[in-house]
Amino acid sequence: MEQVTAISAVSVKGRARADVLKAAMLALVFGFGLVYATGFAHPNVLHNAAHDSRHALGFPCH
Amino acid sequence: MINRLFGVALGAGLIAGLTLSVLQAFFTVPIILEAETYETASALTPGLQHAIAHANDVGIWLASSGEAHAAHEAAPGFLDRVFGEWAPEDGLERTFYTTVSSLVVGFGFALMALAAMLLGTKRIDASVGLAWGIAGFAAFSLAPSLGLPPEIPGSAAADLAGRQTWWWSTVIATAGGLWLLLASRRGPALKAAGVALILVPHVVGAPHPEAFEATAPAELAGHFAAASLVCSAVFWAVLGSSLGWLWSRGKEEDA
Repeated sequence: MEQVTAISAVSVKGRARADVLKAAMLALVFGFGLVYATGFAHPNVLHNAAHDSRHALGFPCH
Repeated sequence: MINRLFGVALGAGLIAGLTLSVLQAFFTVPIILEAETYETASALTPGLQHAIAHANDVGIWLASSGEAHAAHEAAPGFLDRVFGEWAPEDGLERTFYTTVSSLVVGFGFALMALAAMLLGTKRIDASVGLAWGIAGFAAFSLAPSLGLPPEIPGSAAADLAGRQTWWWSTVIATAGGLWLLLASRRGPALKAAGVALILVPHVVGAPHPEAFEATAPAELAGHFAAASLVCSAVFWAVLGSSLGWLWSRGKEEDA
């Protein structure tokens, strides 16, 4: 019985860890996308709109 | 978990992004506008334009001179065909777009920073967040600025794609190196690898133009580099501590 509780405790912890991992990966990808679109994407309209922010944050800019 | 992560990141991103746009309005935008007056004036000086045209032949680009490098770009993409050469009008419209882009960058960096904190540390509060924010500043501003200092419009620079590649490589190497040094609890060999990883991009070296050219005085460029680093430092400190603060506040409500 004790063993069963221990196993389920581990699997609950493991599931929480997997939840964190999934959410963190999603946030990393989404966050990178936002930073890339504002700070690095080449289309003129994005460059011109974010121009001053790109310079202020030291992103390479033409 | 996903909702809470995105909610906290949105809140902290807005706080830090708003801080950044206020700092920009006072410290970096005035220097950018002044540099642009030199850049515009230089367009009327045939000698300098000749030098720029010559420089472009060997792959040197003058920062922020749309016309000079338009010919070098590949076929225009979808967004370029829709919007053409649109740029916000100086004044309120330009300030508006600068603020919006600061908020979006703030949200993006907040998501990445909070994700890193969740993976790398057990306890998250304002002071832990501040430490991670400072690490973010080191990775995203300090390390890249050693090879590619923040530039004002009208400076010669190497090919954009090459500089962007070096910038991201440096960010990833510095962040990875700091992770090995600070967040992992493994032995000295891995910590030494972390230090080496931080050094590699600077040993390789950033792409630079064959000759340095600028339309604005060097003092203005120096002042801008300092102002930009200060703005980034405050932005990252505010971002990290508000992420930690908002995250720990949520936990109290859950309990």
